[in-house]
Amino acid sequence: MPMDESVRKAVLGAVPSLRAFAISLCGNVDRADDLVQETMLRALANIDSFHPGTNMSAWLFTILRNHFRSEYRKRRREVEDGEGRYADTLKTQPEQHGHVEFREFREALAQLPADQREALILVGASGFSYEEAANICGCAVGTIKSRVNRARTRLAEMLSIDNAAEFGPDEQTRAVLAGGERS
Amino acid sequence: MEIAATRNKKTDAKPAKLGREVQARLGQQLRAMYDDVVDQGVPDRFVELLNRLDLNGKDKH
Repeated sequence: MPMDESVRKAVLGAVPSLRAFAISLCGNVDRADDLVQETMLRALANIDSFHPGTNMSAWLFTILRNHFRSEYRKRRREVEDGEGRYADTLKTQPEQHGHVEFREFREALAQLPADQREALILVGASGFSYEEAANICGCAVGTIKSRVNRARTRLAEMLSIDNAAEFGPDEQTRAVLAGGERS
Repeated sequence: MEIAATRNKKTDAKPAKLGREVQARLGQQLRAMYDDVVDQGVPDRFVELLNRLDLNGKDKH
């Protein structure tokens, strides 16, 4: 396939966020990079089915997401341990996940059901609209909204940041009231 | 159906309404984690992959 320069640019330009999405989905950098590579190969092999003028990045995300889902189902059938798998991957390979500061957050994210995790990431990190996320996941906009809400609620619980708001004003005030050292 | 729903309006009985501050902090952490990867840019293997594909394409034509 002779590669159109604009296609090449668009695909390469999407790689950083495709990787970030893939790592969030599967929790493993190496596997994520393989996913991205397979996504690129599929995309370029099917470039004719891309509608010029539409969002190339969303199209690539859709391919990656679907590919991940079918792989995941396959593996799940092979190894009957479903939900715990992602979390286990994280625990056994902490050094693969970069900065320690995100560890707690990643682990909490890993506890979410896959549906909620992907919805939250697409909307909250990748910057897609609810409509775009719904297209990528092949579901209704309302479904994405409720998944994102549930994901946020769950994460807030797990990371114990749900109390902050209930206490009112803001965290700083509370710190001051509690004799904290923030000024 | 997603019309007049303002951001704060959550009529679902179960999920507690998350305060704005909580949502903001979750969002920050999520983006920080994500951007940490995005900021790594494009690893060489992907550039090389495209170069290879491009060459193959040219050879065939």
